[in-house]
Amino acid sequence: MQQFPFQPRDDEGPVFNEPWEAQAFSLVIALHEKGLFSWQEWAAVLSDEIRDAQQLGDPDLGNTYYQHWLKALEKISLLKKLSSSDELAERKTQWHSAYLNTPHGKPIVLSAAKK
Amino acid sequence: MTHHHDHDHDHTEPPSDLELRVKALESLLVEKGLVNPEALNAIIDTYEHKVGPRNGAHVVAKAWADPDFKAALLSDATEAVASLGYTGRQGEHLKVVENTDDAHNLVVCTLCSCYPWTVLGLPPAWYKSAPYRSRAVSEPRAVLKEFGTVLDPDIKLKVWDSTSEMRYLVLPQQPPGTEHWSEEKLQTLVSRNSMIGVELARTPESLNEDQA
Repeated sequence: MQQFPFQPRDDEGPVFNEPWEAQAFSLVIALHEKGLFSWQEWAAVLSDEIRDAQQLGDPDLGNTYYQHWLKALEKISLLKKLSSSDELAERKTQWHSAYLNTPHGKPIVLSAAKK
Repeated sequence: MTHHHDHDHDHTEPPSDLELRVKALESLLVEKGLVNPEALNAIIDTYEHKVGPRNGAHVVAKAWADPDFKAALLSDATEAVASLGYTGRQGEHLKVVENTDDAHNLVVCTLCSCYPWTVLGLPPAWYKSAPYRSRAVSEPRAVLKEFGTVLDPDIKLKVWDSTSEMRYLVLPQQPPGTEHWSEEKLQTLVSRNSMIGVELARTPESLNEDQA
């Protein structure tokens, strides 16, 4: 990672560990900035999600944080009727098929699901 | 059995369930016109490369070097920090709490991980962990000790619990012997951890050790 002259040197590596974490993060910011939910609403859903995960036995050491974040994002999208659970499940299956139908090394496009 | 795939037809191995879930949601929201893919990339770029603890280090070093700015920062941090170009995206307020000879401040978010993003970037993993979130309140001195910070028992320890509306930034004490340093040089003393309150600012001696 590039070091800036004034960047404190105790940084624990990159901000996001995997690209999907950055995607999930940016979706929340974008939806909030579009006024689809307030930050208070978001924080409430996220803290519920973290509490539920802990009750289900997640030691919650910070490494699973974006998993909670993603679950909270799915929940708030349903709550605000931005999407439905059927729609999400169907789209997930489509992406899965699109991967299976795409030769290795080729870009994955959603239309490939329909082969 | 070894990892022999069925190579009857060439395909791409689907990614993890988490990745598929994000992809599903993102593609639906983009299709519905609720988010713009370019805006998503811009947000990622900003938080990965542009916002980081050096914004906070700038704020702290300026407060050390400029008494008027320090006074403004302590009375209305949201506004003082905005004057340097750092504004919150979530409409949250910022409060700066000052470490003194008698009092030390520590920041936590017990509920989730509210954090002053605009000045510190995104939080480190330990800040988001359940043990830190609970122990910063139940046994803050033990937590500080794990970071190598041992406070005199006479120093009062204040713990600030962040919320979605209110975030906190610690103003560490300026190390002795740095009174005539430039603002730019002072920034090198300000670590992210010192602005959360789990450590003190670096000393000129510790900077020399790092370079040796």
